[in-house]
Amino acid sequence: MVVPVQYYLALSVALFALGVIGVLIRRNALVIYMSIEMMLNAVNLAFIGFADYFKAVDGQMFVFFVLTVAAAEVAVGLALIVAIFRNRGDVYVDNLNILKW
Amino acid sequence: MQTLFFILGAVALVSGGLVVFQKHPLRSALWLIVNFFAVAGIYLLAHAEFIAAIQVIVYAGAIMVLFLFVIMLMNIRQPEDAPKIPFIGQKMAGIILAGFTGLILIYGVTKAALTTGKEMAPGLGNTESIARSLFTDYLLPFEVTSVLLLVAIVGAVVLAKSKLK
Repeated sequence: MVVPVQYYLALSVALFALGVIGVLIRRNALVIYMSIEMMLNAVNLAFIGFADYFKAVDGQMFVFFVLTVAAAEVAVGLALIVAIFRNRGDVYVDNLNILKW
Repeated sequence: MQTLFFILGAVALVSGGLVVFQKHPLRSALWLIVNFFAVAGIYLLAHAEFIAAIQVIVYAGAIMVLFLFVIMLMNIRQPEDAPKIPFIGQKMAGIILAGFTGLILIYGVTKAALTTGKEMAPGLGNTESIARSLFTDYLLPFEVTSVLLLVAIVGAVVLAKSKLK
């Protein structure tokens, strides 16, 4: 009994919306970052669902590249967050208003 | 197979919700690991064994270790000291906006015209077919990816080293 592609898409949409909620309502930069990771993961899930549906390997290739970009992004982003923390003492996005003059 | 999908999907959704709504970032990170494992299980159901293994190693392993390391390095303050939300109803507005995003996505998904899939039985294993594709059709993106990783390494080192006056 094979899982229909619509189920993958539904789960992907739900996870993506959860990630959007996290980005919009949380104040901590780290949690916002985790929500972004969750959204990337939701997109990967849609890719994998389509790859299974079309019996093609290209969807999995795209997931491979998304994973690589996500790893690079996390390394740079966390370095930025650590630099901000060293500079200002916290990571709440509401306090990062130094560009608002 | 479908019941397994439903179980894993429910685990992914519940743990995702806990990631968003937990007060302490450390707990969010731990629930995110659960979420990644559930999604890796769904990849296994979708015959993507290699991607499932990569998901566990890179996401649940490397990336989450980095996250937990940074959270503990910062010794983040208790959530009670968090700054007040700047205007009332921001939380509600965020949830409503995310709901709209979900509705737009659902609309796009239902409009997608899905024809029947090609009946192409793969003679090769999953990892082998990925490797063949990676080193023939996707050779240039693969090489560009290595440059991207190098840039990320250099950027992370520079950002973590300098005093950032």
